[in-house]
Amino acid sequence: MNAQPSTPADAAAPYIRLQAVSKKFGEFAAVDTVSLEIRRGEIFCLLGGSGSGKTTLLRMLAGFETPSAGSIYIDGEDMSAVPPYERPINMMFQSYALFPHMNVEKNVAFGLEQERLGRPEIRRRVAEILELVEMSPYAGRKPHQLSGGQRQRVALARALAKRPKLLLLDEPLAALDRKLRERTQFELLNIQERLGVTFIVVTHDQEEAMTLATRMGVMDRGQIVQVGTPAEIYESPVNRFVADFIGSVNLLEGRVAALGADELTISCDSAGCTIRAGRQVECAPGDTVWAAIRPEKIVLASEGSAAETHAENRVRGKVREVAYMGDVSICLVEIDSGKTFRVTLPNRSGIAAQRDLRHATVTLSWETESPVILTR
Amino acid sequence: MEQREQDRVVPRRFSARRLVAGIPALWLTVFFLVPFLIVLKISFSEARLAIPPYAPLITWRHGLPVPGIHLAGYAYLFTDPLYLRSYLYSVMVAAVSTLFCLLIGYPMAYAIARASDAWRSFLLMLIVLPFWTSFLLRVYAWIGLLQNDGLINDVLLRLGLIHHPVTLLQTDFSLYVGIVYSYLPFMILPLYANLEKHDMALLEAAADLGARPLTAFLRVTLPQSLPGIAAGSLLVFIPTVGEYVIPTLLGRTDQIMIGRMLSDEFFDNRDWPVASGVAILILLALVVPIVLLQRVERSNLETAE
Repeated sequence: MNAQPSTPADAAAPYIRLQAVSKKFGEFAAVDTVSLEIRRGEIFCLLGGSGSGKTTLLRMLAGFETPSAGSIYIDGEDMSAVPPYERPINMMFQSYALFPHMNVEKNVAFGLEQERLGRPEIRRRVAEILELVEMSPYAGRKPHQLSGGQRQRVALARALAKRPKLLLLDEPLAALDRKLRERTQFELLNIQERLGVTFIVVTHDQEEAMTLATRMGVMDRGQIVQVGTPAEIYESPVNRFVADFIGSVNLLEGRVAALGADELTISCDSAGCTIRAGRQVECAPGDTVWAAIRPEKIVLASEGSAAETHAENRVRGKVREVAYMGDVSICLVEIDSGKTFRVTLPNRSGIAAQRDLRHATVTLSWETESPVILTR
Repeated sequence: MEQREQDRVVPRRFSARRLVAGIPALWLTVFFLVPFLIVLKISFSEARLAIPPYAPLITWRHGLPVPGIHLAGYAYLFTDPLYLRSYLYSVMVAAVSTLFCLLIGYPMAYAIARASDAWRSFLLMLIVLPFWTSFLLRVYAWIGLLQNDGLINDVLLRLGLIHHPVTLLQTDFSLYVGIVYSYLPFMILPLYANLEKHDMALLEAAADLGARPLTAFLRVTLPQSLPGIAAGSLLVFIPTVGEYVIPTLLGRTDQIMIGRMLSDEFFDNRDWPVASGVAILILLALVVPIVLLQRVERSNLETAE
């Protein structure tokens, strides 16, 4: 454990580095050879379903679990032998884990007392951080006298009081209702920007990840499947799992019919159409590929011209269901081949227009830039 | 309509709820309150060579009740240093025993609470199992171990560590051994019930905030276990003050505890009024701890989630 002297080269070095980290419980690998780099000051979200290994990874960063293999470096230092109470990291627990026998002020002061600061200094820092999370009037209350949202702020204040280099957040917004969640999301972003702390957030909620993250990593069965900005992950997923996991997607399986200089033609029997896409992937004619088309990128029109079989980037179908969501409507369209397409339409003209759609025969079409071609 | 909803919550005069709650209340009245009042009455009487060996509280003369309240018994108790010493000795023994039970019982309760589920049931059974055997037999077993020709002296002599048997029996040492051994489960079980409910995440949070394991224990686990410590301590202290069997079999002969005093006054001296007075004074001395125990138990119930 020796800190590297900072040089211009180090300034670009990653702040947190996980190198081939694995965690096995018996034969089961909760985390399987994960390598990751996180930069200073960013908000990195680990997104995955239950059992994907994201919480185990977070706990290894905090020091509550020891990796079975691999190393974790924080600011250049190897954390293998460092216990949690010596790491420059603080964690905000999913259950908040506030000390029930202490009031808000003492909860927040706990970490500072471990640093052996003087009483007046502790009091000042506590007042400062409570001000930041807007919990100053509640300093004398005990946790059981606070609402869920208030407890969350205290947990956040307690974790930030020590000004850690890295803050780990375990499903921070899971217990909050929708309105509060939205508000807290923006407050978290605000606080992060003001303090410049690096955040690592673990969540199963894509919306949360998309809102908070500067970069995110999608996890599946102990492995990191894709790392990128929310836009990269949404617009350019690397495989079907990521495409399907984030948002909704229409997946069309087909065979590569022709390869051009900047475009790709796919013969899609399951949808009864030909897909022409701007070329994006390495593949050969005859390969099986999948076209991923997002529901909002599909144009829905009432049946106009006579439908041709194997039209290009166009299918005909019948609207089976329309779900009115207020701001958008989700249409489930069953096309001639039997497959169901999911289309999202903005409610520009209100519900009346959507009602006419039910059982209507429509044509779905999309641009050549819209599909993402996936080889796996 | 809403009026009637509210009426239904308040039990009417002859409701089943009142009947069920009334049975234990009746039991307590008949078997505790009435005997207590009888003892109180006797404590104010004068000792007599008669059956029963005390003068009636109210005698009738010329049709008018004449109260015969006799305070000499209480005066005797307060002025004779024998009784005061015995009371103080009893309280001291109870306090020290409680402390030992706490020092030995806390680590045991902690270990059981942290054990895996399979081990936990087994360990709890080990704590409770002695209750299935006769209490008296277990105390007698200690006599067998501690007496001059008992097992412990035998082993020490054979090992050559001592040359004459050590007096272990009928000392303060044997008294404490007997009491702590018998009352340890009463300390362990309430402590375990408390410790078992602790949230492990709190200890992780403490570690995350920079607290080493000892600090985390002192500042997170110990304060949260105070209700368990209070309940266990009172459950040991209160009965120990009035203990009879263990001090009689294992304790000193030159200084006796107050429970034995009461028995001697009642059976040997046949001085019922003084014996009753002893009993009333024991109860008064324990009123404060008993009320405390009630408060602790009630707050434990309220904070239970």
